[in-house]
Amino acid sequence: MIQELLRVEGLVKYFPAKGAMFYSETGLLEKGSRVHALDGVSFSLDHNSTLGIVGESGCGKTTLARAILFLSRPTAGKVIFEGNDLTDMSYGQLAKLRPNMQLVSQDPFSSLDPRMRAKRIIAEPLRVVNKNKDEVDERVKMVFEQVGLSQEQLNRFPNEFSGGQRQRIAVARAISTKPKLVVLDEPTSALDASTQAQILNLLWHIQSDYKISYLFISHNVSVVRHMSDRIAVMYLGKVVELGQAVDITRNPKHPYTAALISSVPKPNPELRGEVVEIRGETPSPVNPPSGCRYHPRCPYAKENCQQVGPNLVKTEDDRYVACHYPLS
Amino acid sequence: MPLTQDTESEESVLNVQNLKLVFETIQGSFHALNGIDLQIGRKEILGLVGESGCGKSSLALCAIGLLPPESARILDGKILFKGQDLLALNEKEMEKVRGTGISMIFQEPLTCLNPLFTIGDQLGESVKVSFERRQSSRNTSKSEDAKEEATRWLKRVGLPDPTGALERYPHELSGGMRQRVMIAMALAAKPSLMLADEPTSAVDVTTQAQVLKLIRSLVDEVGTSVLFISHDLAVIAQIADRVAVMYAGMVMEEGAVNEVFKQPSHPYTQALLRSFPSDEAKGRDLDIIPGSVPDLMSSPGGCPFHPRCKNAKYDCKIKAPEFREVSPGHRVACEDFRSLSLY
Amino acid sequence: MTKTAATFDVKELLLTFRILRKNVLSVIGIIVVICFLGTAVAVTIFGTGITPYDPNVISLEAAFLPPSSQHMMGTDNLGRDILSRTIAASPIDAEIALLIVGCSAFIGTTLGSLAGYLGGRVDEVIMRITDVFLAFPSLVLAVAVGVALGPGVVHVIEANLVAWWPVYARLARAGAASLRDSQFVEAARVAGLSKLSIIREHIIPNNIAPILVYGTLDLGGAILYASVLSYLGLGAQPPQSEWGRMVFDGQTFLAQSWWMSIMPGLVIFVVALGFNLFGDALRDALDPRYRK
Repeated sequence: MIQELLRVEGLVKYFPAKGAMFYSETGLLEKGSRVHALDGVSFSLDHNSTLGIVGESGCGKTTLARAILFLSRPTAGKVIFEGNDLTDMSYGQLAKLRPNMQLVSQDPFSSLDPRMRAKRIIAEPLRVVNKNKDEVDERVKMVFEQVGLSQEQLNRFPNEFSGGQRQRIAVARAISTKPKLVVLDEPTSALDASTQAQILNLLWHIQSDYKISYLFISHNVSVVRHMSDRIAVMYLGKVVELGQAVDITRNPKHPYTAALISSVPKPNPELRGEVVEIRGETPSPVNPPSGCRYHPRCPYAKENCQQVGPNLVKTEDDRYVACHYPLS
Repeated sequence: MPLTQDTESEESVLNVQNLKLVFETIQGSFHALNGIDLQIGRKEILGLVGESGCGKSSLALCAIGLLPPESARILDGKILFKGQDLLALNEKEMEKVRGTGISMIFQEPLTCLNPLFTIGDQLGESVKVSFERRQSSRNTSKSEDAKEEATRWLKRVGLPDPTGALERYPHELSGGMRQRVMIAMALAAKPSLMLADEPTSAVDVTTQAQVLKLIRSLVDEVGTSVLFISHDLAVIAQIADRVAVMYAGMVMEEGAVNEVFKQPSHPYTQALLRSFPSDEAKGRDLDIIPGSVPDLMSSPGGCPFHPRCKNAKYDCKIKAPEFREVSPGHRVACEDFRSLSLY
Repeated sequence: MTKTAATFDVKELLLTFRILRKNVLSVIGIIVVICFLGTAVAVTIFGTGITPYDPNVISLEAAFLPPSSQHMMGTDNLGRDILSRTIAASPIDAEIALLIVGCSAFIGTTLGSLAGYLGGRVDEVIMRITDVFLAFPSLVLAVAVGVALGPGVVHVIEANLVAWWPVYARLARAGAASLRDSQFVEAARVAGLSKLSIIREHIIPNNIAPILVYGTLDLGGAILYASVLSYLGLGAQPPQSEWGRMVFDGQTFLAQSWWMSIMPGLVIFVVALGFNLFGDALRDALDPRYRK
């Protein structure tokens, strides 16, 4: 328990589907009335390590980020942070824990209040817990420099900064309270390749300086692989594979993971390899397929894949796969 | 004269010569393109790669005549499409070129799909155009034939229920399917050139792999040349025959894709390639390019990359770089380039 | 991503001015507004000494004089110079208009922001109340409340407040509801800010632009409404001059001395129009798409 910083158990989040007349938590009313954004997600994250969450659109990774931070209450399941069960806490109780769990979102253009100066944006989470103006000022200045920005820019507005600089401000805001966990929801997806590299380096250094844990969420497999110790692959609201980052990407055991990894284009024209087959498109999370959610697209699917949903089981040391017939 | 692959302007489908484009805004003039020279040969896929703001989209929109007339101004240059200067054509003449001569696909398929018409109607238009071109006489093609051909196209691009799809409206299809329909529409008229502006940037990576494969095979079949624009070097590596790297409105390096990736010679290309996260870089800092993309409000002097270049010399500040040859067909806009061997 | 509000730093202000300058109508609007407010301020500071004639001096020999070089707007039935009276009335109307719009905007924005951000029950309740007020034609409502309260400038303001605040509530609510889902508000929630702090520090400041634009347009309307109420006898009491009152007073003499009603009426028209033009121009200038 001392090692684990965050544990998520059976996290479920349903939303009413658009146009649904009746929405029921228990789903007793007509099928197709809810969006199964998260359908039983479990994993753990240790101190000072990075867990990458990778998946494509509709897999639920953004919903996961918001659920862990309690920006939206889960429908079911638990989120345990440093031994505290967050699930039944009130707004006020959660507020006390917030300094330890921060967020860097995707869009540098809308994650900063355009009417506030950089200094105030960064100070915001800190001022909630520290009423001493001088201490806050000191910390803001220090953090601003740590993310590679110069002091005279502290009084500028967000629109005076470039996309990469705004992400630095977002990172500065996130670490101002010295959090133990930072959730990064597609932090570099809106940035150019060269800016992305700068931000990834920054995140790397911050982590080693502060010993923070990252939950790194992205659809970009290369980036996740680069930044993470362990990776969880998500598909239609479930984790289909979980394990060490290098192992999973070199040796995927779930057919979806294999298709995903092989689809990633490599910056080398001599490596135009064959892509592992994946049929059709991602179904809508309003009506997920029965049994194993991946079966309609899986080239290796068999009879029972349609009937019974596979659980996430341990196949070897620190490797979990949710498949009846994992690849070898 | 040896009978090698010639890149003379008569052979090339598209020949851009010294194109200079400026946008007039309230805040001043924005120099989007500063002297672009490019050729695309027959049945060739040219990958145009660069980060946002480098002008790659503007180049495509300029070629097909879709720039906003109030603010866009061509300062100099020609765009020769099969020998004919597109910039000298008026709107009516340009309309004739679009669709049959040059077509375009975009990042968001909804920009070219009319929500009020069925897929069959819209695809049928492109198909009829291709019929008219094929027939020497001008009798209107039978709609039965057009329908059959449209169905064939939908099947070819991988739609699961082609006949049914003809009757559907764009909003009834998923994003990936709309993408495929857009590609079908662009190629059904059998154009000589297709402009593809970040067609896979908004889709998932698994869909992207499928779409790239589709584009590659269709283009071989139909015989169209492609200008494939992307900010993603890896995508270009997978699909292009030749590649041109753009930065701040200028081409920095150009050549066969194998050549450029194996021996990147411009410091910008090298830096881009090294900033890719890969297994090997795990745990280590990625190589970065200090600074950021320049503001194009002032007419650039010298090489636009010089403020960020490790090898910059005094000359680089005042004189625009000329193209030097690295190897036949591979050129770089740098006075003092040092090629890397990456693999 | 376009910004939903204007950022008030120097570069943006200059851009706003540059855009405003380009349009003839907006320039006219600005000039009128400046003249009006300037006059009002001048009279407040320097008193009626700055008017060509004392607005309250009665002189029966000078009664019913038509507009001339000596009396640019003529004189009324008591020989008072109409131009002077008009000028002397400007601070009253300025005060009334600004207070009506200012207070309505304040009340409406507060309630609307609460409703939009908090949602649920609070939203329902506040919006239903707003709907009730909006069901009445605003002028009728203002007049009814004005009559109930009785004459006096303060009552004019209060009466109009009742009719004007709901629109601001609607505006503010719409803005708040859309801002609620934006990423920087989420970041504020993650930071642990209380709901009220978020409304005060993020929602309202980012919603100012539409309120400001609407308020500016409204000032013209407020002057009209105030004039109507004082025309009906509910506003400023004699001898204090007020435009609407002057229009009423001149009615009986409309056939022979048309200038008594028409002149103040023209002034009301011009000032209200000026605010409208200015408001239009401001809206265009602040529109993020136009700025590109």
